[in-house]
Amino acid sequence: MEHEHNCWQCGSADAGSLFCRYCNSLQAPTPDYYHFFGLPRTLSLDATLLQDRFYSMSRLLHPDRYTRRSDQEKRYSLEASSILNDAYRILRDPIRRAEYVLKEAGYEIGEQRSKDVPPELLEEVFELNMALDELRLGDTDVLPQLDEMRHKFLAMLSEIDGQLEQLFRRHDTVPTDEDRSRVLEQIRSLLHRRRYIQNLVAEVDRQLTSRNA
Amino acid sequence: MSTFQIDFSASQRKRIVGIDLGTTNSLVAFMDVTGPVVIPGDDGTLLVPSIVSMTDDGTFTTGEPARQLLINRPDRTVYSVKRLMGRGVADIGEELRLFPFRIAEGSESVIRLQLGDRTFTPPEISAQVLRELKRRAEAYLGEEVTQAVITVPAYFNDAQRQATKDAGRIAGLEVLRLVNEPTAASLAYGLDKRQDGVVAVYDLGGGTFDISILRLRDGIFEVLATNGDTHLGGDDIDNRLLAIALEDIAAEWGQDLSGRGDAVQTIRRAVILAKEQLSFAPATHIEFTFEGRTYQREITRELFENLIRDIVDRTLGPCRQALRDAALEPEQIDEVVMVGGSTRIPLVRSAVEILFRAKPHTDLNPDEVVALGAAVQAAILSGDVQDKLLLDVTPLSLGIETMGGVVSKLIHRNSTIPASATEVFTTSVDGQQNVLIHVLQGERELVKDCRSLARFDLKGIDPMPAGMARVEVRFMIDANGILSVTARELRSGKEQSVEVKPSYGLTDQQVEAMIVEAYEKADEDFAARQVREAQVEADSILAAVDKARASDAWSSLSGEERQSVDTALNEMRLVYHNGDHHQIRAAIEKLDNATRKLAENMMNSAVREALKGTRI
Repeated sequence: MEHEHNCWQCGSADAGSLFCRYCNSLQAPTPDYYHFFGLPRTLSLDATLLQDRFYSMSRLLHPDRYTRRSDQEKRYSLEASSILNDAYRILRDPIRRAEYVLKEAGYEIGEQRSKDVPPELLEEVFELNMALDELRLGDTDVLPQLDEMRHKFLAMLSEIDGQLEQLFRRHDTVPTDEDRSRVLEQIRSLLHRRRYIQNLVAEVDRQLTSRNA
Repeated sequence: MSTFQIDFSASQRKRIVGIDLGTTNSLVAFMDVTGPVVIPGDDGTLLVPSIVSMTDDGTFTTGEPARQLLINRPDRTVYSVKRLMGRGVADIGEELRLFPFRIAEGSESVIRLQLGDRTFTPPEISAQVLRELKRRAEAYLGEEVTQAVITVPAYFNDAQRQATKDAGRIAGLEVLRLVNEPTAASLAYGLDKRQDGVVAVYDLGGGTFDISILRLRDGIFEVLATNGDTHLGGDDIDNRLLAIALEDIAAEWGQDLSGRGDAVQTIRRAVILAKEQLSFAPATHIEFTFEGRTYQREITRELFENLIRDIVDRTLGPCRQALRDAALEPEQIDEVVMVGGSTRIPLVRSAVEILFRAKPHTDLNPDEVVALGAAVQAAILSGDVQDKLLLDVTPLSLGIETMGGVVSKLIHRNSTIPASATEVFTTSVDGQQNVLIHVLQGERELVKDCRSLARFDLKGIDPMPAGMARVEVRFMIDANGILSVTARELRSGKEQSVEVKPSYGLTDQQVEAMIVEAYEKADEDFAARQVREAQVEADSILAAVDKARASDAWSSLSGEERQSVDTALNEMRLVYHNGDHHQIRAAIEKLDNATRKLAENMMNSAVREALKGTRI
């Protein structure tokens, strides 16, 4: 993972990442989020540790610290801080973190289309669409039913989150790349399911608020 | 090869000032050894009214003197210009009716104000206020000031930020950083002294409202969420009172004064005074005299609060949204800080207290706290303050136009800045060499509901079949909240040129032209001031000599001595109006010499005192 390069300032080979280990000038930053934070590629992450690193690296990299430095270092500081901020935003959120790892490992994780209903959800989705149609026609009797379905979906989400947590730990501990790929496959399909249910909840909420408004 | 880096910084280091460029008032501050200090003007005042007037001879008057002209010359005097920054005439619409100044032709993408026979853009008007602040700072610090931190409302969009930066450049200031006003205020409060905590900053100024929620830890000020309304502030309260007063006057006097600029400004002043008094007193009067007639009407705080309640309530929606975005409940806010003159209104304070269930901080003067914070940020940039760091966010989502007029979001609101996003574009026609990208800012789904920022034209793509070119475009929001765009053709790795067409605002060339013009104008202004100063000095000597001629000391002079005084007096009268301060100074010198004997004769008299007094 460690990429070798010569320092732009002093020309030393093997300059190291972020700051040159010889002349201490800021280097062109690496775009890999884990590498940038100096963290192993695990799906489970300690939130406090991540925040501590974010703050201490911000102190070193923020453009405020480079006002009186060379244009080159100013540019690297802007570049590095933007990667730092983007990386922190992604890594601190377990779902986006998993999506990032999947994407970097070459998995496609495009938006799930509404036509691709997960088969085990077919019945629920059918029921939901019926209820929403009735609501649009002004039938308020379906409101308790919608509320019940909303809770059911939320329960499904938290169940998925529990399963994801377990899979994250498996991913971090399995011995071979092959095993890891299998776990990533499972995570990917869970994420699809999760996003699908999330869209259903959002749709219910949208219908309910537009009715209130 | 080894190079020695020699640090000249200690001796060459220029001072960076912090500026609060407000809707109503502006201030400049700097970091003194004991902490941030607002720099006073010659008259000891700290606030410079953000009012600019153009006199008949084409020179500008700024600040307090311009406020007087608001009544005498409403057509040539501009106030609250911050509300027009970075906007086109279509944006302003309704609001425009409340401004007495005229809008010139060609104001679609940048508003042009007609003052006399010339037109000015909002950044040029703001530059006059900045120049006055620069002058104050230079007089006080005794050195040239060329670098500044300027504060902007947190909810300012890209065009409004760019316009503020342009104003700085036109005024001869390098704007090293734009800082959001509420975050600057939190720096001034020294809230970081607490170990850990969550703070809300409620900033209701003359024309803008901001709410920011921050997490503080070990000197890091991390903004979690920000929200606001760039067209909500004390001005709205003034306009409400003004409209009601105008109606009342129309009923009582049988005369509609709303079309009379001078009357409107007189009444505006009266209602503002009443508003300010109602922060302390349970009741007061709106009163003024216009063309010999006097108007007086009692107003109680209760009535006032009923009149403005909906305006105050409009601030609560953004507060709730900011809490939601930060994923916090009101109980989790440890402290609330109040900023901006309008937070002196008791109704505002109680509304905030009810929402956040915490008594708001009001220990620092709400008019000064933003400027003080800007000075702290200036010291962070200069390296004088090392333990503090501000991590701010972009207030609005950034997106690009896609098929069907839909906006695809690339950087979401409340992302910590600097922030970036990368998107790959391709061509849709064989041999296509340009790709046009439309960038927008806002939270809505459709292009028509978001604010157009700019169109970026990627040029010089090598001709190839449709869909083959792959241009990677990088959108970067810097620490000032301003967007830049770079592009690269992925197959060749070649940097792609990007032509920017801002939807609102000035092009770089226009700003350059204004800088040149401003410098020329500044020279003229300077010359006029030198003449005026010499004339003032001559006036005092002439008055003193006049007085002395009536005394005994005059008769004790020899005829020759009297003759030389008269000659010097005549010479002074000849050059007094010719506009050359060198000649006036020379005549003063001559008159001074000629009257030396006269002065000696009066050594112990009061007249001698008068003569001496004039030389200070």
